[in-house]
Amino acid sequence: MILVLAEQRGGTLNRASWEAVAAAQALAGGMPIRVAVMGESTAAQAGELAKADVAEALAVEHAALAPYTPDAFTMAAQALIAASSPTFVVAAHTYQARDFAPMLAARLRTTLVSDVIGISGTGSEATFTRPMFQGKLVATVRPRPSGPCVITVQIGAFRADAVRMGGSATVTRVAAEIDAAAIRQKPEAPFQEAKQAVDLGQAERIVAVGRGIKSQEHLPLVQKLAAAMDAEVAASRPICDNGWLPMDRQIGSSGQTVAPKLYMALGISGAIQHLVGMKGSRTIVAINKDRDAPIFEVADYGIVGDLFEIVPALITELEKK
Amino acid sequence: MKIAVCIKQVPTREWQPRLNDAKTWIREQDAAFEMNEPDAYALEESLRLREKHGGEVVVCAAGPARVQQVLREALARGADRALHVEDDRLAAADAALAAEALAAAMADEKFDLVLTGLQSDDQGHAQTGVILAERLGMPHSTIVMDVQIDPSTGSGGALRIKRELEGGWFQWIAMPLPSLLTIQSGINQLRYATLKGIMAAKKKEIRKVAMPAGLEPTQEIVGLALPTRSKQTQLIDGPSAQAAQELVRRLRDEARVL
Repeated sequence: MILVLAEQRGGTLNRASWEAVAAAQALAGGMPIRVAVMGESTAAQAGELAKADVAEALAVEHAALAPYTPDAFTMAAQALIAASSPTFVVAAHTYQARDFAPMLAARLRTTLVSDVIGISGTGSEATFTRPMFQGKLVATVRPRPSGPCVITVQIGAFRADAVRMGGSATVTRVAAEIDAAAIRQKPEAPFQEAKQAVDLGQAERIVAVGRGIKSQEHLPLVQKLAAAMDAEVAASRPICDNGWLPMDRQIGSSGQTVAPKLYMALGISGAIQHLVGMKGSRTIVAINKDRDAPIFEVADYGIVGDLFEIVPALITELEKK
Repeated sequence: MKIAVCIKQVPTREWQPRLNDAKTWIREQDAAFEMNEPDAYALEESLRLREKHGGEVVVCAAGPARVQQVLREALARGADRALHVEDDRLAAADAALAAEALAAAMADEKFDLVLTGLQSDDQGHAQTGVILAERLGMPHSTIVMDVQIDPSTGSGGALRIKRELEGGWFQWIAMPLPSLLTIQSGINQLRYATLKGIMAAKKKEIRKVAMPAGLEPTQEIVGLALPTRSKQTQLIDGPSAQAAQELVRRLRDEARVL
């Protein structure tokens, strides 16, 4: 049996949960799949997931699951696993799963294969591929679980629209087993730091800059190129961490997700945290000195070279009438 | 306040991947190594907390002998002493093995706060800190962007931390001490070692601890390869001016995005 831990926030199912169901279906090889949604009141989200080709959808409910905490979610998942002895537990590699799935695996004294991008074989014969070294290499991993093997799948690696639908799964409401006194984190309400001054999601063209720009003094060069292309300027995380550009210009898992007509990445190596924020762009151009940079895996056009030579040449070319 | 910060030594960003003959790990003899970037932010945060609240910063690492390089660097930046779980099998260890090895060496120290980076730039499991918290019996929080300590609250003081959520959202979380936090890059501005710090580091203690017997990996890397490309990238060669001209032409005429 495979147990999928789906994710919801404020009654809305995280779309990545469907990708976790797709991964579970790829892994199942005839094993039945159960999907669980943890929260205060999740029957509606479990009902949505019951439309997939799964054996059962569980609404795992408890008032102590209303704000997410790793302690409460681990306790609830551990009780579910004890009751049903799954071979695999599958979740999407979201910030929430990153927070509690390692604790769950540690408590079960088993293994967690995180950030999975591919599955070969099914059942206990399965191996998993996952990026290593910032995406420069891909590892094939064979888990040696003692008990259920926990898997988290990278967002976007499995297709939500590839989920086989069935439509006949029953929805079961389960009262979660939680000792509320054992929850050690007391969360406050989520908030947004500041109103986003720019909505990069609306931009038709984006010129994004990464570590390759080397110093803040070189940013005007990028801004000049953006102006010549009628594009917005954006950046990878390290540029915003350094304070060279404001945080609302950041593209990636911790920033904005964009899909413009044209995305030009200058000196961005293409760590997965960046790629998830832009790989849906229609045309991607990468300019980087490193031929092996992961950004070239998603680029339509690429120039391997020194951006300090290429960018001025692009500006000259674009400004020609 | 007794603070531990766990750091890892990883290949530098400029390192070009080369594999061992079995294609199960990298050729370590070709690699240059540095401190894992998120761990450097965790170290900086621990130094700032010590400056504010007093106490001691102990830098901990699990790895082969080469790991001394980053421990020495952390001491030069201001950590007080170091703990090194040394074993060649830790060079390519999975997160659970690394966490078990660290937990065994750290348990007796009774730390008030343990910090580490949110994930490593080599294997990138994003698990070691969380598993370590569980083994040390501490609560944890991950992807932390601010750490506030009120020493007057509760039995051993209390924490209030800001956790990063996806898409620009954040959340404050109250936690007791001791706790373990995994730190996000960019939480602070890094300091670099001064000459005085480098000299002082030479006299600081690095205590070596053996990995406990009986620990086994929980997963095995059976193959390592360059990624296959999902797109056929059209690479444009030639001198910069010519390449730029050709790129603009293709973006206008083929892709029609300019």
